[in-house]
Amino acid sequence: MKTDNQKKTIRKILNYIRKYWWLILVSLFFAAITVVLTLYLPILTGDAVDAMVEEGRVDFRVLKELLVKMSVIIVITGIAQWLMNTANNKITYMVVRDIRRDAFYKIQRLPLKYLDSHSSGDVVSRIIADVDQFADGLLMGFTQAFTGILTIVGTLFFMLMTNVWITLVVVLVTPLSLFVAAFIARKTHSMFQKQSEARGEQTGLIDEMVGNQQVVQAYSHEEKALARFDVINKRLEKYSLRATFFSSITNPATRFVNNLVYAGVGISGAFFAINGYLSIGKLSRFLSYANQYTKPFNEISGVLTELQNAVTCAGRVFALMDEREEVEKIPPREQIGTATGAMEIEHVDFSYVEDKPLIQDLNLSVKPGQRVAIVGPTGCGKTTIINLIMRFYDVNRGSIKMDGRDIRDLSRENLRSQYGMVLQETWLKDGTVLENILFGRKDASREEAVEAAKLSHAHSFIKRLPQGYDTIVKENGENLSQGQRQLLCIARVILCRPSILILDEATSSIDTRTEMQIQSAFQKLMANRTSFIVAHRLSTIKNADIILVMKDGKIIEQGNHEELLAKKGFYTNLYMSQFAAD
Amino acid sequence: MKNLLVYIKDYKKECVLGPLFKLLEAGFDLTVPLVTAAIIDYGIANEDKGYIMKYGGILLLLALIGLACSITAQYFAAKAAVGFAANLRHALFSHIEKLSFSEIDQIGTSTLITRMTSDINQVQSGVNMALRLFLRSPFIVFGAMILAFFIDIQAALVFAIVIPLLALVIFGIMGISMPLYKKVQGALDKVLGSTRENLTGIRVIRAFHREAEEEEQFCRENNFLAKSQLFVGRIAALTNPVTYVMINGALVVLLWISGIRVHAGSLTSGEVIALINYLSQILVELIKLANTIVLSNKALACAARIESVMSVQSSLAVREAGQSETAVGKRGQVVFENVSMCYQGSQEPSVTMVDFTAEPGETIGIIGGTGSGKSTLVNLIPRFYDVTEGCVKVDGQDVRSYPIKELRERIGIVMQKAVLFKGTIRENLLWGNENAGEEELMEALELSQSIEFVEKKEDGIDSFVEQGGRNLSGGQRQRLTIARALVRKPEILIFDDSTSALDYATDARLRGGLKRLSYRPTIFMVSQRTSSIRHADKIIVLEDGEVIGIGTHDELLENCQVYAEIHYSQYQKDKGAASGKEEESENR
Repeated sequence: MKTDNQKKTIRKILNYIRKYWWLILVSLFFAAITVVLTLYLPILTGDAVDAMVEEGRVDFRVLKELLVKMSVIIVITGIAQWLMNTANNKITYMVVRDIRRDAFYKIQRLPLKYLDSHSSGDVVSRIIADVDQFADGLLMGFTQAFTGILTIVGTLFFMLMTNVWITLVVVLVTPLSLFVAAFIARKTHSMFQKQSEARGEQTGLIDEMVGNQQVVQAYSHEEKALARFDVINKRLEKYSLRATFFSSITNPATRFVNNLVYAGVGISGAFFAINGYLSIGKLSRFLSYANQYTKPFNEISGVLTELQNAVTCAGRVFALMDEREEVEKIPPREQIGTATGAMEIEHVDFSYVEDKPLIQDLNLSVKPGQRVAIVGPTGCGKTTIINLIMRFYDVNRGSIKMDGRDIRDLSRENLRSQYGMVLQETWLKDGTVLENILFGRKDASREEAVEAAKLSHAHSFIKRLPQGYDTIVKENGENLSQGQRQLLCIARVILCRPSILILDEATSSIDTRTEMQIQSAFQKLMANRTSFIVAHRLSTIKNADIILVMKDGKIIEQGNHEELLAKKGFYTNLYMSQFAAD
Repeated sequence: MKNLLVYIKDYKKECVLGPLFKLLEAGFDLTVPLVTAAIIDYGIANEDKGYIMKYGGILLLLALIGLACSITAQYFAAKAAVGFAANLRHALFSHIEKLSFSEIDQIGTSTLITRMTSDINQVQSGVNMALRLFLRSPFIVFGAMILAFFIDIQAALVFAIVIPLLALVIFGIMGISMPLYKKVQGALDKVLGSTRENLTGIRVIRAFHREAEEEEQFCRENNFLAKSQLFVGRIAALTNPVTYVMINGALVVLLWISGIRVHAGSLTSGEVIALINYLSQILVELIKLANTIVLSNKALACAARIESVMSVQSSLAVREAGQSETAVGKRGQVVFENVSMCYQGSQEPSVTMVDFTAEPGETIGIIGGTGSGKSTLVNLIPRFYDVTEGCVKVDGQDVRSYPIKELRERIGIVMQKAVLFKGTIRENLLWGNENAGEEELMEALELSQSIEFVEKKEDGIDSFVEQGGRNLSGGQRQRLTIARALVRKPEILIFDDSTSALDYATDARLRGGLKRLSYRPTIFMVSQRTSSIRHADKIIVLEDGEVIGIGTHDELLENCQVYAEIHYSQYQKDKGAASGKEEESENR
C-alpha cells in the first residue's frame, strides 16, 4: 500500500526521531509497564471478588493482601503513565522544533527561483500548519498505536489464560465493530465530498460578495446576492445533514457491537460458571476485559488515518527541504574589499523557464559612477537584469563581472555587500524605526543612523512619531504612509554606503509630487556611485548616463535621453505616446 | 450565544427529542450492570439456565434498543444543528450586506469571511455535540451514583466522595492548562509571523545578507514555542494518570467495604460486580464531559465572535422605500455644504469644510496626492459614508433623506479597483440596469472602449468572466466596470481614479464620448494625472482633506501652487506639455 515516496518520508521522520532514541526507550518501557499493570488489575479485582463468596465467607486476610497489592500497582501505573506521556510530549515537540528549524534554515538557502515560483502562503502553511498536523499525528500515534497493540495482545493473553472458549466469543465478535466503522466511513465519504463542494461554492460567493461589498451596494445588488446565497445555503444544509448524521452513526454502532460482546461474555460466562469451570471473580475479569477490548481497535483505526495524514503532511515539509540549495563555489577566491563600481555583462543568456528564452546575448559595460536606467514594457526583463547582477538567479550562459571578477567567483555575501537595493515594495521588519535603519549595518551607531535618516529626508517625520526612533513599525505599517516607509528603506541603504545602487521601481507607488521630494534624496545617494534604475515613469530617468530600452528580453536601444530621442525609435514612441494622445 | 438562539427556534422539537432519546439510551446503559448482577446472583447461583438465557436475551435487547435510541438521537441533533447553522448563515449574510463601508472597514473583510465560514461551522458542531452529550454524561454519572445507593448505601458512599473529587481534578487541570494553551497559541503565532515576514522580505534580507540573524531570531522563537508546549504538556499529561489513580483507589476502598458488607450478608457478589461496573462507567463519562466542555468552549468563543458582528448596527439610518420627499432641486445637481468627514476611530478628519456646487451636466475634476481625501469626497455622494458635519445634497435634497436604494440608483460609480464578478460579461453589465436591452449594452461597451476586445472573444458579450475577472487584463477589467456604470444611464457618474489603467489615447476617447452623452450626466473625475482632468469645468485641488484650489486648469496653474507642482511633476516645465509617464500601464 505504501508508495516509495511514503517510505522515504517515513525514513526521514525516523531520522529525526533517532536523535531522541533514549526517550523512545523510556516511552516504550513505561508504556509496556502501564499496559501490563492495567491489564493485571482486573485479575486482582476478580480474585478479590472471589475472596468474598457469600455471607460469613469472606477471607479478609486474602482480601487485604490483594488490596494492598492493587494499591501499589495502581500508584506505579499512574507514575508510569505520566512518565510515558511526558516522554512522548518531549519527543514530539523536540522533533517538531527540529523540523521547523531545519525548514527555516532551508528557506535561507533556497534559490529565489523556488521562492518566487511558490506562494509564500504555501511555504508558511507547510512550516506551520503541516508540521502541526504532523505533530498531532505523531503524538497520537506514539501514545495510542503502541499501547493499543500491546493492550490487544495482552488482553488476548490474559483471556486465554483464563478461558479459551469465552475468549473465542470475544475475538469473533469484536472485529465486527471495525467492519461497521469502515463501512460507515466509506458510505459517508461521498457525502462529505458533496458537503465540502457546497461549502467551497458558498465560500466563493461570500468571498466575492463580501469582499466587494462596495460594488454590491453601489448597484443595490444585496437582495439578489442574498437570493443566490440562499440557494447554495439550502443545498449545503441538505448535504450537511446527511454527512453529519451518517458519520455520527459510527459511535452508536461500535458501542452496539461492544454491548453484543458484553452480552455474549455474560451468557457464555454464566454457563461456564454453572458447570464450575469459571469462578464469579473470573467472570468479572472477563466482563471488564470485554469492555476494554474493543477500545484499542477503534483507537487504532483512528490512529491509522491520523498517521497516514501525518505522513502526508511530513511529506510536504520534506519536499520543501529536499529542494536544491544555492551552492557556493568553494573555496571562493579572495574577495573584493570595496568595489569601484565597474560592471561588465557579457553575452548573457537567461530564462526562468527552460524553453522560454527571455534574455539573449545581453552585453553592457558600466564604468564606475555611471547611472544606468532600464525602461521598457512590462515583462520585457527589466527586473530580471537586477535579479542577475544581485545573483538572485544565475545566468545560463555568459558572465557578469564586477571589477573584472566573475560574480560567481565571489561569495554571495561579498558580492551583495557591494550593493544597496531599494525595491518597489517597502519591506520593513517588525521592530523599531532605528532597528530598521540599522538593518543594513548592524555595527553602526545611533548617531550614524540619525545621520542617514537626515540624508534621506526621513528625519523630520521620524522626529514627529510618538516615540521617535524607537517607534515600533507595525507589520502592515498602518502607522507609516507608503512614502514614509519608502524613505526608511532609503535611509537603510544610505547607512551601508554601498558601491553600487539598485533602484527597482522604487517610487512607482507614490504620487508624483511626493516622488519629487524623494528624488532629491536619491540624487544625494547616487552621487559618485554606479546605479541601476528600473523605472516606471520616464521623468525619473531622463538624467541617466545610459538608458537601456528593453523589449522581449533584448536591449533594442541604448544611449542617453537626447541620443535616444534623436534616433526616433521605440524610446521616442514610448516617450511621445501620451503626448500624441492628449 | 444567547442572542443566536433565536435561529434554532424552528427546531424546538428536535432540540427536545434529541437529548430525550439520548437519555433513554443512557437509561438502558445503566440497567446493564443490574441485569448482569441478576444473572450472577440468581442464574449462576441457582444454576438456572433458562434464567440465564432470558436475562442474556434482555442484555441483547437492551443493546438493540440502545442502538435505535441513539441513532434517533443523532438524527435529531444533526438536524437541529445543521438547520440552526443554515439559518444563522442566512441571517449573518443578510446582516453583513446591510453594513456600511465604515463598519466593513472597521471589522475587515477577511474577518467577516471567517465568521461566515469556519466560525459558523464550529458553532454547528458545538450545538450538535451539546445536544448529544451535555445531558447524557451528567445523567449517567448521577444515575450510576443513585443506582449504587439503591444497591448498598454504605458502599455507595465511596461514589459520593470520589465523583466530586474527580470532577474537581479533571476540571481543575483543565482550568489551569487552558490559559496556558492560549500562551502556546501566542508563541505559535510569533513563529508564523517570523516565517511570513522572512518570506516576504527574502530579497531584502539576502541583499543585506542578514540570513544568520534571521535564523537566530527564528530559533529563539521556535525554542520558546517548544518550551511552552512542553510545559503545558507536562500538566495536561497529569489528567489520565491522576484520574486513573483516583478511580482505582476508589475501587480498592469499594472492594474493602464490599468485603465487609458481603461478610455481613447485606451484599451479593453479583452486586459487587455491578458496583465495579458503575465505577468504570462514571470514569468514561467524566472524561467525555471534559472533552465536551473544551469543544463547547471553542464553539462559544466562535458564537461570541459571530454575535459581535451581528450586534454591529449599520450607521446609516436607512429610510424605507416610498418615503422619499419629492426632490426640489435640479436633476443631477450635487451640492457640498461645509462638509467634514472623519472616519470612525481616527482623530484627524479626512475631509474638512468642503463647499462647492456641481451643476447638472458639469464635469468636476478632483486631484491631490495620495491620502488627500479624493476618494472620501466622492464616496459621500452615494452615501457610502455619512458626513460628520455639513451636508451633501443630490437633486437639492440631503442624501440622508433618501431611501438608500433610490439614491444609489441615480448614481453610476466606477471604483479604483476594477471588480467584476463570476459570470458572463453580459451578466456583469446587467448589474448596472437589469432591464437594459441589447442595444444599450452595446452602446455602453462602445463608449467605454471595450467593444473591440469583447467582440474579439469567442462568445462576445456572453464570454465567461472568472472570479475577480482573472481572465481579463487590468485595462479590460477597468473598461468593463466603466461600461457597467454607463448601462445605468445615471444622473451622476463618478470615476474614482478609475482610468489609471487606460492609456492616454483610450482615456481621451472615453472622455470625448462622455461629453457627447445625450442624458448629460454630472461627472466627477478623480485622478492623479492632470491630463485626465484638465478639460473639466471645475477642478478641485485637495491637500490633507482641505480644498486648496477650485477653478479651471488655466486658473489653477496661475494661482494654485500645489496644482502647478503636480502638473509640472508630470509635464516638465521647460518642455511644455511634451512629457508623460505610465508608459506601460496598459499592459498590466
